[in-house]
Amino acid sequence: MAKADSKSTADQPGVADDQLQLSLIGTPFRRVDGHAKVTGQTQFADDLSFPRMVHVKLVRSTVPHARIKRIDCSAAEQMPGVLSVLLGEELPVPYGILPVSRDEHALAIDKVRFVGDPLAAVAALTEDQAHAAALAVRVEYEILPTIDSVETALKTPEPRIHEYGDEGNLHKKISLQFGDTKAGFEQADVILEDTLFFQGNTHLPIEQHAAVAVPEDENRVTLYSSTQTPHYVHRALAQVLQMPASRIRVIACSIGGGFGGKTDPFNHEIVVAKMALKLGRPVKATLTREEVFYCHRGRHPVLMNLRTGFRKDGTMTAQHLRTALDGGGYGSYGVASTLYTGALQTTTYTLPAYRFEAVRAFTNKPPCGPKRGHGTPQPRFAFEVHLDKAAERLDIDPAELRLRNLVPADSVTANWLQLGTVGLGQCIEAVVAGSGWKERYGKLPEGRGLGLACGAYMCGAGLPIYWNHMPQSGVQLKLDRSGGVAVFCGQAEVGQGSDSVLAAIVAEVLGIDLADIRLCVADTDLTPVDLGSYSSRVTLMVGQAALQAAERARDLIARAVSKQLEVPEDCVVFADNRVFYSGEPGKGLSFSEAVIAAEARFGTLGTTGSYTPPRAPGRYRGAGVGPSPTYSYTAAVIEVEVDPETGLYDVEHVWIAHDIGKAINPVLVLGQIEGGVYMGLGEAMMEEQEFRRLPKRLSPSLVHKMPSMLEYKSPGFHDMPQITSYLIETADKRGPFGAKEVGQGPLLPVIPALANAIFDAVGVRVDQVPIQPDLVLKGLKARAKGKAGRVGPAGFPEIDYGDPLVVPTPEQGGDGHATADPHVRKSRGTGSSDGTMKERDQALKEKSSAALTTD
Amino acid sequence: MITSVLRINGEDHTVAFPVHHTLLEVLREECGLTGTKHGCELGECGACAVLVDGEPILSCLMLAAELKGKNIETVEGLQQNNELHPLQTAFADLGATQCGYCIPGILMVARALLEREPDPSDEQIREALSGNLCRCTGYNRIVLAVKWAAAMARGDTWRPPDEEFLGTPLPLPLATG
Repeated sequence: MAKADSKSTADQPGVADDQLQLSLIGTPFRRVDGHAKVTGQTQFADDLSFPRMVHVKLVRSTVPHARIKRIDCSAAEQMPGVLSVLLGEELPVPYGILPVSRDEHALAIDKVRFVGDPLAAVAALTEDQAHAAALAVRVEYEILPTIDSVETALKTPEPRIHEYGDEGNLHKKISLQFGDTKAGFEQADVILEDTLFFQGNTHLPIEQHAAVAVPEDENRVTLYSSTQTPHYVHRALAQVLQMPASRIRVIACSIGGGFGGKTDPFNHEIVVAKMALKLGRPVKATLTREEVFYCHRGRHPVLMNLRTGFRKDGTMTAQHLRTALDGGGYGSYGVASTLYTGALQTTTYTLPAYRFEAVRAFTNKPPCGPKRGHGTPQPRFAFEVHLDKAAERLDIDPAELRLRNLVPADSVTANWLQLGTVGLGQCIEAVVAGSGWKERYGKLPEGRGLGLACGAYMCGAGLPIYWNHMPQSGVQLKLDRSGGVAVFCGQAEVGQGSDSVLAAIVAEVLGIDLADIRLCVADTDLTPVDLGSYSSRVTLMVGQAALQAAERARDLIARAVSKQLEVPEDCVVFADNRVFYSGEPGKGLSFSEAVIAAEARFGTLGTTGSYTPPRAPGRYRGAGVGPSPTYSYTAAVIEVEVDPETGLYDVEHVWIAHDIGKAINPVLVLGQIEGGVYMGLGEAMMEEQEFRRLPKRLSPSLVHKMPSMLEYKSPGFHDMPQITSYLIETADKRGPFGAKEVGQGPLLPVIPALANAIFDAVGVRVDQVPIQPDLVLKGLKARAKGKAGRVGPAGFPEIDYGDPLVVPTPEQGGDGHATADPHVRKSRGTGSSDGTMKERDQALKEKSSAALTTD
Repeated sequence: MITSVLRINGEDHTVAFPVHHTLLEVLREECGLTGTKHGCELGECGACAVLVDGEPILSCLMLAAELKGKNIETVEGLQQNNELHPLQTAFADLGATQCGYCIPGILMVARALLEREPDPSDEQIREALSGNLCRCTGYNRIVLAVKWAAAMARGDTWRPPDEEFLGTPLPLPLATG
């Protein structure tokens, strides 16, 4: 039951459950959208249809890199049912999810940058007519050289795919130095170096992207879309359509799977909005499965080189990580993705000194972006396989090696990330005990093996995608005499259960049933801004905003009830749809009577709550990527059976423990863990976004090898092992009721754990994913010939990352700033980032939100 | 365009549609039954599965024109009056649906399985559903939900073990933390 005394939860939500008996949170309950989803009532974007609605098809480039010489629409315009053909000139304003890389046009204007790049759009009465007309659009190209890989990009600075970026076809170069790695390597007894490759893969949501735009009058438009980030789509539309945001309404429908693939503003969203305003009637675009592969924004292919110094006891002295990302044709989230290939490397084990260098190349492929784990699964795979080799070399048990290096809770890492509670130790112990690791690791018969790995992930990105001082999540409550509570929030339900988290927190605080709560979400006209469903931010950030709004409503009602019943305000209790006196539970009102008392006393009732993350201690350029209010932790052990004759293998069992902080709804947490294991296994075993060159005499094209669900292999019902999931609860006061994330973290350890298990089974090291059976077989054959059974990239290219930005660590007495950064000096006095941060600090100080307290 | 009478969930629908349109298109666009989903329109993902005379078929590969006089069942027909089918109850309560997009197809295939096999083994369930893709759940929870639904339909009191709702009890004591 929730006491009115706001100290019990408002100040320290993390410890709330120690002080309060929770009635709903922590117990499994049916997700609030469960009934609609099993009856076919849930409306996804393509399920919508409006009177006079017409259909749009995009015309996409058939060549990977070319100047557009001419687009001939004359034939298309004459086709039956065709209403309009749209070209890029009508949408000249560029956009992009990150302000630093606004390099996309809704329809390509002068250049196309990958096969599938949209360059025209046809609207017709029926989808069939639009499709036929789109095929009739003729395009003349001036072919440019195809940049098909990071290596080619390094060798080919000209022609540039984009006229911006750090140099040639390198979009972004990063070089960061935290602490004295040179001294660290000198102190090491053993230095290990590995080069590994992580192939790109894609989200493959079962729902194809769809968007419907409805003109409301001459100068207003509503967009319904399958987007995880309605707020960012809203901003992009205002920008590109050159309309005030107040005249544009974006509604995110229920989303049929996102996994990060629906977090960018997309061409078709802007095109249907423009077309609706042009034609004055509703316009729909639904992508084909092949087009979904071209939207991509999925996992970057990353080549990684990792050097780590170890003492005999297994503790680490220094690490140097180099990464090279194949970014595809546009920026997307790429700058952030690039920083993420190094940022979270310090969150699991103590690294006293750390050097991180990264480069992202533009290539003529669909743009890469954020997929579940955003930039982190690749270096996590490298690190955890690297540690497995270190354990072997140092003759220390792999679980023990990790336990010896655990980061302390609430510490600040070498790259200035403020950690929260750390349940990684318990996670490791749980999977070690559960899997019988101590008795079985290294002792199973040939062909059978166990592998262990860990991971950590953010509970929401600490900073918004565009710089501002406003809350990252807002919630409004409307209560009235009916006893019903309406909850308004901009968050988007993508299947992870965010609607259920939002409703459960309000129901818990007010002591009412979920059935008495109505949600209105992801509607930029009606709901307060939430930044969206990405970076595992929703449970923590929306949860904190909901908690604050609900507590404010509870306090209003408690005040009115205490007056009416003449009992002390802090003895008013909310539970079982009643509001009563703790000293005499019989003395009370039904919840609706209590709301009537409050409505009579205070007038129409409404409260708001908002959340802004605590300020992170890092002050150097690049410090914006990695900070989070707290981090989740996961450990996994995988058991695998490998056929030494063929290299074919079966994953038999996955034991996984996740530090969830506090499970709001355990049954949904388990679903996220299992989904993460599944997606991790898909990436580890088979999924790859592969491209191939057509014979050069026929075409310059670089084409997607498998833009269909049949060719792009993903795990099916028969590929899934038994999964044993342990929930570790290290309530973190930075999260609502102590909750942390679960949407992304559990994927991280799965991929390296499989690679490590295959080594334990047959002594073969596959230093790349996906781990196709032919690679295992290659390793087996090499071993049979007495060679090392290692399969993976031969080397790492010479890359000039530039002079590092030197940042002293907390241990060195640093203050979070870089010692010397020319870029920052240049920008001083002109609204420099320093000044902005000071303003932001001030703005944060002025707020009274409990969510802001960092201790 | 042709006009045809389609029997869907026991109700006759008189619909006019282009002769080349699939059952999927006619269900969604002419009948307004959007519970049936599409993920590829190439017979690859199983999201559009419906029952025709009790047998699961991919509605994206079947021409509506071929179905005159056949008995078509979609997810909208699964619920009896206002009461959920055991499959629907089990999927909702066990968290076997997340984004829910692939679920209508999976529910219909599972329903056909339960019609012919009231007490299916895990292997029979995986076999029956092997043509359906799901990106959210990892499948195991779906298999368990089908088992649970089968038990409910048989009037059997079996339900999934508590660890499927709460997590596996920790092999305590843990030394750290």
